[in-house]
Amino acid sequence: MSSSEPLLAVEHLRVEFRTRRGTLTAVDDISFDIAPGEILGVVGESGAGKSVTGAAIIGLIDPPGRIAGGQVRLEGRRIDDLAPEAMRRIRGKKIGAVFQDPLTSLNPLYTIGRQLVETITTHLDLAPAAARARALALLSEVGIPAPERRFDAYPHQFSGGMRQRVVIALALAANPRLIVADEPTTALDVSIQAQIITLLKRLCRDHGTAVMLITHDMGVIAETADRVAVMYAGRIVEVGSVSDVIHRPAHPYTQGLMGSIPSIVGEREELVQIDGTMPRLTAIPKGCAFHPRCPFVFDRCRVERPELFPADKTKAACWLHVNVVAA
Amino acid sequence: MTAPLRATAPDRTDPTTAVPLLELVDVARYFDVSSPWLNRVLERKPRQILKAVDGVNLAIYSGETLGLVGESGCGKSTVARLIVGLYRPTRGEIRYAGRRVDFANAELSLRRTLQMIFQDPYASLNPRWRVADIIAEPLIAHRQAQGLAKDSADIKARVAALLEQVGLAAADGTKFPHQFSGGQRQRISIARALAPRPAFLVCDEPTSALDVSVQAQVLNLMRRLQRELGLTYLFISHNLAVVHHVADRVGVMYLGRIVELAPTRRLFSFPEHPYTRMLIAAVPDLSLTGKPRTSVAGEVPNPLDPPSGCAFHPRCPYANERCRVETPLLQVPPGASTHEVVVACHAVQEGRLAPTQAVA
Repeated sequence: MSSSEPLLAVEHLRVEFRTRRGTLTAVDDISFDIAPGEILGVVGESGAGKSVTGAAIIGLIDPPGRIAGGQVRLEGRRIDDLAPEAMRRIRGKKIGAVFQDPLTSLNPLYTIGRQLVETITTHLDLAPAAARARALALLSEVGIPAPERRFDAYPHQFSGGMRQRVVIALALAANPRLIVADEPTTALDVSIQAQIITLLKRLCRDHGTAVMLITHDMGVIAETADRVAVMYAGRIVEVGSVSDVIHRPAHPYTQGLMGSIPSIVGEREELVQIDGTMPRLTAIPKGCAFHPRCPFVFDRCRVERPELFPADKTKAACWLHVNVVAA
Repeated sequence: MTAPLRATAPDRTDPTTAVPLLELVDVARYFDVSSPWLNRVLERKPRQILKAVDGVNLAIYSGETLGLVGESGCGKSTVARLIVGLYRPTRGEIRYAGRRVDFANAELSLRRTLQMIFQDPYASLNPRWRVADIIAEPLIAHRQAQGLAKDSADIKARVAALLEQVGLAAADGTKFPHQFSGGQRQRISIARALAPRPAFLVCDEPTSALDVSVQAQVLNLMRRLQRELGLTYLFISHNLAVVHHVADRVGVMYLGRIVELAPTRRLFSFPEHPYTRMLIAAVPDLSLTGKPRTSVAGEVPNPLDPPSGCAFHPRCPYANERCRVETPLLQVPPGASTHEVVVACHAVQEGRLAPTQAVA
């Protein structure tokens, strides 16, 4: 694979849920790439579709949900249409996953050593002794003190932060090329959150693993990611390098989102307020989904849906920036 | 734009004249989490006492917002529940406007004046009640109180006014909680808390369950209501940025005790206690992209088996023998220009720990 080719390519992905009240589109025609070793942050508020996007990539969309269009390619190979068994082999081997709640990601009935060894032997051709050695090495790599003693402990014997370290060890067990981390630090206290972020960043650098980091916390993205995609109502509304999106956001939603985050530096100012709430999937507005809340709305926004256009430094799905380009 | 100054800015420079609106004097709350008696006898298990709050002294003055921060299990929510009388203190006393609060015989007027907003607006509103009934309930409970609605027409008018005050429509009163989003539900919780015209609101993580843009709406609303109604807030949160935004003074809790209490700007610019420094360093910062985080080793210890001496010593880079044996008391640190700063740390008091440079 040439270095210019993305590790993961998502093209026009569309995820729908069939319900009694009609078909809901949770992810609506989104495209993005992740380069090898890159950390892409995906940020958005509840219901923006960020977790569904992650689940679609790792093939965990269950009925009534389905991938209704587009494709997902990993190392150039299409993975969204694989049979469940083939996808199972890719998941864990090529793509690791870390979820929000470490207690539900671990089996409470097995020791963490057994779960690690099982994952390793499923994906790698290793003898039991070698698998155990690798499991111990992983545990010490993720910062579990005295891994030999903790090897035979059960998940409930670990604290939340330690459990999340075990989950990261599990995700890394088969040396995947990509980790999809869905709110990996949301359930943790700030001091533990800092430890886990530092760990995730270091491991991915050491192993050259790319990460799709899904979170609602812009602070986590700021410290971790290389690029960030901002999602709103099932669409990517802005994508760009982290510092550009934070310092020079082009989309009105991103601008509002940035202003609404309280900070520990500077004077206390009135927080920027985006009035209203994200639309429900049953009632996504026509045109640009953000137009009812947008302070800069004009006629075109109400009828025509914007695609991602080059804006100032980022790419934004906003008609404001098309006029700039056209003018 | 800077925050407008409060009309009722309390003069705390002379502690002898300023009477706090609410005062906690050496308040403690222990929970007995022992195994049942038979197990203790047969399996020789000891009694186990969880000291959720262990000797908290706190004074909150009229018109201010006191923030309380700390990680899970530090006892901040127990403090909230003690204040509103959901728990009785094991030790110490709570004074409201200079009078000791005894919730066993608390007169209604005290209950009316202390109200609470809870974290989860999905759990704190009865799903089977209409919003108007939810907001009217405290009005009916406190019907005898001066200046509150007397008859059903009054109550109806007051509920409509409250809904509008928190940014909802009067017509929303006929709906059920499930018809609202999380932020709107929290507005309903606020309207309910405001219904009996309280003076003091205990807010326990009021925005933690909300998205940031919705959180901004609720925080702006709470600030506006404080200005308009002269409310006093105890604002509890694990989110330092939110506390920095709303609080006038901030208390930092660790394992059932307050380890530092200071005016907000001072606490964030010159944190004294090593734990406060660690917490502030751990906050992800948007303006310093790519800054390496000074992550601190270790975790909050088991509160059933707290460390001896200063509870923070196993994680503290400055701990010495004294810290391991002697529990530090809250004291004004040397070199502090104001008596409003208190820190419980031997290293700070002895000058072993250099004052911080401006972090923020």
